[in-house]
Amino acid sequence: MTGLRILLGALILGGLGAAAPFTPLWLISLVTLAMSTGLVVCGLIILWRGGLVPFGQALFFATGAYTVALSGRWFGMTDAFLLVALAVIMAALVAFVVGFLLAQYREIFFAMLSLALSMILYGVLVKSETLGSTDGINVAQASFLGMKPRGPGYTFALFWLALGMVFSAWLGVSAYLNSVAGQLAGAIRDNEIRVEYLGISVTNLVHLKLTISAALAGAGGGLAALSISHVDPQMAYWTTSGGFVFVTILAGAASVPAAFLGALLFEIVRTIAVALLPGGWQLILGSVLLLTILFVPEGLGSLMIRKRAAVAEKGAA
Amino acid sequence: MSALLSVKGLEKTFGQVVAARDINVDVPQGQTIGIIGANGAGKTTFVNMITGHLTPSGGTIQFEGSDITGLPSRKIMRLGIARSFQVAQVFPTFSVFENLCAATAIARSGSSVIGAALSRFVSAGTSADAETAISQFQIGQFRDALASTLPQGVRKLLDIAMATAGNPRVLLLDEPTSGISLEEKFGLMDVIMGALKARGTTILFVEHDMEIVQRFADRVLAFYDGTVIADGSPAEALGDERVREFITGTLIRSKDGKLSAGRASHA
Amino acid sequence: MITVIAIVTDGLVYAAWLFVVAIGLTLIFGVMKILNVAHGAFYAFGAYAAATAIGLYFDRGWPVAGGYLVVATAAIAIGLLMGYILERVFLRRVYGKDEVVVVLITYALFLILEDVLILIWGTDGRSAYQPYTEAGSFTVGGLPLSVYDIGLVGFAGLLAIVASYTIKKTTFGRLLTAVIYDRETAAAFGVDVSRVYTVTFLVGAVLGALGGALTAPKISVTPGLGVEVIVLAFAVVAIGGMGSMEGALVGALIVGLFRAGAVHLIPQLELFSIYAVMALVLVFRPQGLFSRAQPRKI
Repeated sequence: MTGLRILLGALILGGLGAAAPFTPLWLISLVTLAMSTGLVVCGLIILWRGGLVPFGQALFFATGAYTVALSGRWFGMTDAFLLVALAVIMAALVAFVVGFLLAQYREIFFAMLSLALSMILYGVLVKSETLGSTDGINVAQASFLGMKPRGPGYTFALFWLALGMVFSAWLGVSAYLNSVAGQLAGAIRDNEIRVEYLGISVTNLVHLKLTISAALAGAGGGLAALSISHVDPQMAYWTTSGGFVFVTILAGAASVPAAFLGALLFEIVRTIAVALLPGGWQLILGSVLLLTILFVPEGLGSLMIRKRAAVAEKGAA
Repeated sequence: MSALLSVKGLEKTFGQVVAARDINVDVPQGQTIGIIGANGAGKTTFVNMITGHLTPSGGTIQFEGSDITGLPSRKIMRLGIARSFQVAQVFPTFSVFENLCAATAIARSGSSVIGAALSRFVSAGTSADAETAISQFQIGQFRDALASTLPQGVRKLLDIAMATAGNPRVLLLDEPTSGISLEEKFGLMDVIMGALKARGTTILFVEHDMEIVQRFADRVLAFYDGTVIADGSPAEALGDERVREFITGTLIRSKDGKLSAGRASHA
Repeated sequence: MITVIAIVTDGLVYAAWLFVVAIGLTLIFGVMKILNVAHGAFYAFGAYAAATAIGLYFDRGWPVAGGYLVVATAAIAIGLLMGYILERVFLRRVYGKDEVVVVLITYALFLILEDVLILIWGTDGRSAYQPYTEAGSFTVGGLPLSVYDIGLVGFAGLLAIVASYTIKKTTFGRLLTAVIYDRETAAAFGVDVSRVYTVTFLVGAVLGALGGALTAPKISVTPGLGVEVIVLAFAVVAIGGMGSMEGALVGALIVGLFRAGAVHLIPQLELFSIYAVMALVLVFRPQGLFSRAQPRKI
């Protein structure tokens, strides 16, 4: 990540931020929501590269979202920066705890256990009156370091916050992906035992990946909570996890900007689909997903590389 | 001089099966030891116990004076004992260079996962170490080839080269020439031994080919039925009656009077 | 005491329903190694088809007894149709691909089918209570029991017996078992794996649709039915062991009884209990209670 790239990224995001006051509010909200999804997808990319596909990332997303909602309702916190930071910490904490278990599983069992854990949260949220049950909880309007913008200003403020989060995530995740731990993802996917024999614990690496991805998902959840001003148990449901996986497939596991572009693409396609065929947007989305999986394997990045490696192994033996 | 690696009374049972009994070996630094024996005689169990893949049922393993019995492979590797595999274990989607960089990067960044997250993968030191290994093992022409496309012999060299990443004091090679054609075996071992001796590594290698053992080992350990039945120079060990009976089969005397083992009867 | 009976009866009824739903899923996974998310669509389509058929049937005032036949026929027809289309057109292309990739493909198909359902039947709910109410009910120890529910339990038991017999005693069942254990070896022995796959998938689809059709008279059939069911079916299959018939039965019983217990004793834990059991089983026996497959666990 050269200084030039960082500058370029900052300029692009800065440009977007400056364009906000001249853009229709609905578009700003859409992009903000897309960025929250993009954050979750960044986390999924980190796991994807290591050959791990969780079906329950909504666990961390919902944890982040509910942390924001409850911190406001129970403790009266309103500062957006504080709320998002708490969302990140709580989600990372949950991942750290469940990671002791989850990091020992791979492939379909990893996916299923991840799903089970997210549905446990769903089950708790749906039935708990204190936590809002099926109606969910409303999120009060946040303040920004003491300032309380309202009306369009609030939308702008959230948008700028989101841009800041995207920038930080971009820097952090890129740094991670260039680190030893990040680059070993492919090695773990290829031959886990060999990695162990080189002297580093794969279980610990997976635990780390889970925690980082959860932090990102929690950030996305917190942002979404503020953006929609509402949280409900649906945020922990398996279809939400499915949506994140969907976007990750569209985006491919190649790079961080891909995650955000993919999320934006998803939101746009969904909006168009809903407009064209209100009762059939899932059909369009499902078809797009199917076509991507079948015909655009690069979108599937690591998974296809894994299959290719297995085929190559068989051929070479 | 105290031994680098010292094994005392080592035992391993799997339920009713006794895979290893009362193994006592002292390995001084710099020695090259050939380990021979029929399949099921306990050679692999022995190697697996030393490298931490199996926990011994009894006895101790000492390395550089400290007890390493029962430690996990990762820790043993970090202490300085490495191994290569009978079926070369590499990363098929990485190039040869990248495979070695992965190995050297892990060696440099230490065993802490947090440390691994905080160190850059691409660094001058990592690349330099990888290049050194490439030249020592003479696989330069395959530098950028994907590991999955490599011929068998080169894969083995890569596997062993990766095992040397952390400059281990002791390296255990599990059948380094298995799966390699007869003409290439000696050449391969020449390269391997050359590279390892240059690093001063103490070597233990498991082999079925007695000629290889004779040529490259300073000392031979013969395994039978879970225990060591002969321990000495190649001539001594291969000449031992019990070794002849259980492992190597009849001796053949060649034209210039040299003794060499006939076809081994693998039980 | 009443509560215990209530828990047991409710549990059994719920388990019976779960078993019919899950057995198709586990069969498909066991033989083809496909975790079929679209199974939820089979269920939903079966429910809607049955609801429509029942509506048409009873509108004409035809005899009640035939109503049950209608339910079964609707399910079989729709199951065969959907199963055939899905298998021929889509799944053929993905045999041999990574397990996780296949799940994602079936997920995409599920999304598509959800909307096809709405396109065909609209977003309104359907009700087709006649088979349920016409069957009547009776009381046991102060507890009302519906004859339909008893019938459901009976049917599930029958299904279990038939499935068990088929697997263990018939030639096709033996072929199926061989393919479940080791597809390649079975193929090497001359088993027509492709035909086994097709038949398996069709049977699984019919069973899924049957699950939906049998439930239709008990509930209000709405879109989104498949979404709820599929994750429950996953839980049952994960608990019982993916690919195991006995596992599906035991898994269904466990989930059914736990849920009934929760509903009667601590309602807040209803959903939690199901997925907690699933998580616990995955922790202590990842391959499920009855499966022989080795999990990838380090």
